Amino acid sequence: MPNPVWFLTVAAAAALASAHAADAPLPVHLGDTGLYAAGSSTQIDPRNLAFSPQYPLWSDGAAKRRWIYLPPGTAIDASRPDAWEFPNGTRLWKEFALDRPVETRFIERLADGTWRYATYIWNEEGTDATLAPADGTTLRGSYAVPAEFDCRACHEGAASPVLGFSALQLSADRDPLAPHADARTDIDLQTLIARGLIKNVPSALAGARPRIEASSGIERAALGYLHGNCGHCHNSNGTPVPVELTLAQSVVDGAAGTEHVLRSMIDAGGRFRPHGASAAARLVTPGNPDTSVLITRVRSRNPQTQMPPIGTRLIDAEALALLERWIAQKSSSTAEELKP
Amino acid sequence: MNRSILFILAAMSLHPAFAADGDATQVARGKYLVTTSGCNDCHTPWHLGPSGPEPDMSRMLSGHPESRVIEHAPTLPPGPWIAAATDTNTAHSGPWGVSFTANLTPDPETGLGKWTLATFTQTIRTGRHLGRGRKILPPMPIPMYRNFTDEDLAAIFTYLQSIPAVKNRVPEPLPPVVAATEAAR
Repeated sequence: MPNPVWFLTVAAAAALASAHAADAPLPVHLGDTGLYAAGSSTQIDPRNLAFSPQYPLWSDGAAKRRWIYLPPGTAIDASRPDAWEFPNGTRLWKEFALDRPVETRFIERLADGTWRYATYIWNEEGTDATLAPADGTTLRGSYAVPAEFDCRACHEGAASPVLGFSALQLSADRDPLAPHADARTDIDLQTLIARGLIKNVPSALAGARPRIEASSGIERAALGYLHGNCGHCHNSNGTPVPVELTLAQSVVDGAAGTEHVLRSMIDAGGRFRPHGASAAARLVTPGNPDTSVLITRVRSRNPQTQMPPIGTRLIDAEALALLERWIAQKSSSTAEELKP
Repeated sequence: MNRSILFILAAMSLHPAFAADGDATQVARGKYLVTTSGCNDCHTPWHLGPSGPEPDMSRMLSGHPESRVIEHAPTLPPGPWIAAATDTNTAHSGPWGVSFTANLTPDPETGLGKWTLATFTQTIRTGRHLGRGRKILPPMPIPMYRNFTDEDLAAIFTYLQSIPAVKNRVPEPLPPVVAATEAAR
C-alpha cells in the first residue's frame, strides 16, 4: 500500500503541473516581451542588463547583442557555481544581425520553474519583430531560424539552460585569444555580486576571476571555444548526449577539471568514425590535427558530419585555425601524461 | 492526457509497489509496439531463409552489419526509381544519400546501452541523432513515430534495453551523390 508521503508527492507534482497553465502565451511582437522601453522599438529598457560572454557561440558571423532581466528583489542562486539557478521570471534576449537585425531569440523562466523558448523575426525596416513559427524557418535562402525543439536541444543539455551567463563566461579575466568575443560590458561576475544579483556564491569564488587552467594561451582559448560552442551537449553535469566526451569547463575543479576535459579528448576513441578512417582514429591526436576526428567534424559542413550539428552552416575559419594550432602544438607525450 | 495524470503515472512508476509489475508490463507493451511498428523490417538484417528473404533474428535490431562495407551509392536504373536497398534491407540509398539503420540493442559502445529514456524520447521527437545531433534520414518514419505517446516511447525503450546486446558499429551516412561531387571540387 503506498504511504502518505507518496500521495503528497503526487499531489505536489499535480499542483506544479497545473501552475504551468497560468502563464500567458508568448507575445506575438518582440516589443511585448519587455525588451524595450515603453513606446520604443529600439531603446532597451534600462532594467535589462547588456552582457557579453567571453566565449561566444559561433553563429555564422552574425553580430550579436544580449540582455538579461531579473525580477526586482530576486537574485541568481550560485550555490552550484557551474549551474546557476535563475529565479522564476528571468528573461534573456539575443539579437542576431547580419547587415541589419534579423532575429531576436528569447527565453523565459515561467512561474512553475520551466523554461520557454521563442524567436522573433525582424521586418526589413527594422521597426518590428514578430514571433517565428515554432518549427523554425529559413530566411534569405540560407539563414536558419531555429525550431523550438532545436532551442531545447542545446539549452536543455547543459547544467543550466542559460548558456552564456555563467561564472566563467562573465569572468573579468577575459581571454584575449577567444574567437569572436564582443566588447565586454560593465556586467561581470564581481559587479553582479556587488549589486546583489547573485547570492550564495561560495567563498572561494567570491573574489575570484575564474579562468581555464590551461598549459598555454592557445590551449586556454581552444578549450574556451569548445566550452562555449560544444559544452552544452558534451558535459558531465547536465543532460549530455550519451558519448564519453566532456567539453564543458568547471570553475570549481580548476586544473583537475581541465585535465578531465583533456582526458576525454586526447587519444580518445569516439563513437563517430569517418568513412575511410581506421579504428585507430582518435578524437584528438596530439601533433596531428589532420587525423583528429574533432578537426574533421569542425572543418565539415556536411550536415551528417559537422559539429556543431545545429545553428551553423558556415565553417568558423578563425576557430578552426585556433583548434588546429592547438592540436599541432600538443606534445605526443600528452596522452601518456594524462593516463590515470 | 493532462499533465497532472502524467505526473501521477510517473510517480506511480517510481513506487516500489508498482515497479516489478510495471517493468514486465512495459517490456511486453514495448515488444508489442516494436513488432507491430515494423522496427525489425529495417533494423534487423535480412538473410535468405527457406521461404525467401526474412529478418535474421539472431541479429535482432542490431542495425546495418559493419562487415557489410558500402562505399558508394548505387546507380539507379532509368525510370521512376528514387531509392535502393541492400539485400540486408539495412542500407538505403536515395536523394538523401545512403543511410544505415542504427543498432538498437543495449550494447554500450555501438548501441543504445548508454542512452537514457530522455535521449530516446528526444531522438524520436526531434528526429535528430542522439536527440540533438544530425538529422535522422529516410526511410526512418520519424514524421509518424514522433506521434507516439510518452508512455509508448517509454515502453519501447524499456523493451529495447531488455533485448540481447549485439556489438555492431554501424557506419555513418554517406552524402548524396550531388553533394559529394560538389564537395570534391
